[in-house]
Amino acid sequence: MLSFILRRVLAVIPVLLIVAVLVFGLLRMVPGDPAAVIAGDAATNEQVRDIRERLGLEKPIPVQFAIWLGKLVQGDLGQSFFFKKPVADLIAQRLEPTLALGACALVLAVSVAVPLGVLAAFRQGSWVDRLVMGLSVVGFSLPLFVLAYLLVYVFAVELEWLPVQGYARIADGFWPFIERLILPSVALSVGYVALIARITRTSVLEVLNEDYIRTARSKGLTDREVLVGHALRNAAVPILTIIGIGVAVLIGGAVVTESVFAIPGLGRLTVEAVLSRDFPVIQALILLFSCGYLLVNLLIDIGYAFLDPRIRY
Amino acid sequence: MQTRFIRFIAALALTGLSGLSGLVQAQTLKVVMHSDIKVLDPLVSTQYIVRNHGHMVWDQLVAFDEKNEVRPQMASRWTVSPDKLVYTFVLRDGLEWHDGTPVTSEDCIASIKRFVQRDPSGLRLAPSIAAFEAVDARTFRLKLKEPYALVLETLAKPSLSPMLIMPKRVAESPASEPIGPEKVIGSGPFIFKADEWKPGEKVVYVRNPKYKPRSEPPSGFAGGKVAMVERIEWLAIPDAQTAVSALTRGEVDMVEIVPTDLLPLVEKDKAITVLPFSSGQYFGRMNWAFPPFDNVKVRQAAMVALNQEQILKGVVGDPRYYKVCKSIYFCGSQLATDAGSAGFYQGDAKRAQQMLKDAGYDGTPVVIPYPTDLPTLAPLGPLAKQQLERAGFKVQLAPMDWQSMGPRLRKKEKVADGGWGFFMSFYDARDALDPIGRTVLNTNCKTSFLGWPCDDKFEFLRNAYTRADTLEAKRDIAREVQERNTEVGVFVPLGEARFVGAMNRKLEYTFKAPITVFWGLKKS
Repeated sequence: MLSFILRRVLAVIPVLLIVAVLVFGLLRMVPGDPAAVIAGDAATNEQVRDIRERLGLEKPIPVQFAIWLGKLVQGDLGQSFFFKKPVADLIAQRLEPTLALGACALVLAVSVAVPLGVLAAFRQGSWVDRLVMGLSVVGFSLPLFVLAYLLVYVFAVELEWLPVQGYARIADGFWPFIERLILPSVALSVGYVALIARITRTSVLEVLNEDYIRTARSKGLTDREVLVGHALRNAAVPILTIIGIGVAVLIGGAVVTESVFAIPGLGRLTVEAVLSRDFPVIQALILLFSCGYLLVNLLIDIGYAFLDPRIRY
Repeated sequence: MQTRFIRFIAALALTGLSGLSGLVQAQTLKVVMHSDIKVLDPLVSTQYIVRNHGHMVWDQLVAFDEKNEVRPQMASRWTVSPDKLVYTFVLRDGLEWHDGTPVTSEDCIASIKRFVQRDPSGLRLAPSIAAFEAVDARTFRLKLKEPYALVLETLAKPSLSPMLIMPKRVAESPASEPIGPEKVIGSGPFIFKADEWKPGEKVVYVRNPKYKPRSEPPSGFAGGKVAMVERIEWLAIPDAQTAVSALTRGEVDMVEIVPTDLLPLVEKDKAITVLPFSSGQYFGRMNWAFPPFDNVKVRQAAMVALNQEQILKGVVGDPRYYKVCKSIYFCGSQLATDAGSAGFYQGDAKRAQQMLKDAGYDGTPVVIPYPTDLPTLAPLGPLAKQQLERAGFKVQLAPMDWQSMGPRLRKKEKVADGGWGFFMSFYDARDALDPIGRTVLNTNCKTSFLGWPCDDKFEFLRNAYTRADTLEAKRDIAREVQERNTEVGVFVPLGEARFVGAMNRKLEYTFKAPITVFWGLKKS
């Protein structure tokens, strides 16, 4: 297992290098000039050229890439063109809100979706099954921003139970931290719940028809023992896979959720950086997201081995 | 007994602390501005949010009052020599930077030198400057090579790179390089809290306890800038619907711009006041460098084809918040005139068709780049297309995001090579008061840009304006500029709009604020 983890970690390096080359190259190809954004629309061409020179954007692209990569391997992510702050500081400021939002949404989604999926499978064809599957279709179909506005309108504006927007750091107290995360987490997790619930149902249904389940029943085990002890564990591999794939969905959803709920997280930083063509910030964020996604996939692969003794690396 | 006493003291202290915290809360203003702030240097960036930030932190040497007259601000007085070649300024006593050091003449000189390297009005003044002389710590002279009638107006410039006085060590930064957060040190009514600045989350200002406001009441950008709240937080809430919901819930105190479609939500709320924070002028610009707008007759046909009222209806909607205005100067201002504009901007398609025919228009398409991500500008492209097509133009829209617009507009190339034909944008009213301050009115054949107009007469008139030293003379020249504009099509006025904001009724301005400023604003 250790050698597997080591191999996977080493395999991350070329993947990140390819991502770095792609991101760097694509950013230089898209229209838009950070120097023009900094200068404003009343600036002259000469003024824009001055800023481009200062930012190092007049150098040939391979030279720019080599400079950036050289700094990157030394742990220097560069400085934001606009904020004149180190990119690492900007990311550090925004990391907590996104991690908190992602973790809450993930915990909420898994803890709701897996029991619902198992229940739907166990009561296949009943009204419970139809209700769960019907709700999952709604969860899939409802655009995230519509759901977010609805939640704000009902629970924040009309009922006044929860705040409309904002984020409180955990250091500011547990309740302020949690109360501002409830609506965004619910909004972000609904699509994810729908996805996991459907896969759980399908996966558990397949397992419930296996011979060993019949054997377990014939031994006189209760429904609960059959479901939890035998069915769910054997159905867990596809569920784990979809949870891993869903992390990418969560990252995408975080962009919208953070904008609607004014959460100062990495999703919003990404949008702001893209809109203002803040190249060092975009490059660092994409690398960070790639690392995160690779790490999640590694954890999922390790998780397979724990859940299914037949899988060995 | 001792334990009880300690508990009693602790309870008392806690009560006191919570009371204090409530007081600070009452003195904190949470505001959603029209944009988040990215660049902190109001000279390098011409974005209006950076201008507003500039007026929080820094002060002006001289400033425009609400009647648009120049008044002393950091200066206690000034004198002009009889030959109008030497301006002597004396600073008020006791002015201090936020770090406690005194404001000196050297600071003012360095700030003006940086300003005239970059700002359009400053660049126009620069060739007339012979020298600066620091007479003493509070007195300095600006010496000219030749009389220039707009020295005071230039030094009082409040918008699109306002002329703000910075410490010498900050003002000596290159004019092409925005200063970083550590250099945001001013002498204005509020202090920028660099340690609390979280880009994309909030910008924090606190009252400058050492600020010495002038004794006169506030008027425009002049007068006593009294900070009436202890702390101001500009919160970055990018979604307008969320910002409005936060205002109605009382989570924020003010939203600077409320989109017209959300206005009914705040208008019906009795706890909220709706008021116009800014006004401005939509305009269009044709590309003189390439067909079809290299032909003056085609440009005139376009000006006849465009319909201000329809454009304003489409982009603003509510007639309470727009105004048809054919003047290139903001209507209601000192120089406003619609001389020579009869029959233009009214959407007369038939007349425009005939004019196009007479001009020999060959069907070269007009490419209109327009931003789809700015609600205040996005409808302009399709509206202009419809009106120009009705007159017989071939039009191609080029939708893009705002940040892609700048580089596209700077391309001096044919349409086939990625150029453009017509674009539209917006100026704040403060920037539409004369023929000098706007870069798009530059028609110098060598230095004009974004459409590259080239008209000697127009430029001659602008130069004459810089020598006009009475209001009457300025008005005469401004009228001639207006007439010439209609003849040649440098600037296409597309009407005026008012952007409406909303704030909690607990807030009250003690004067008519010229833009969104935070002095003279109290919270009960």
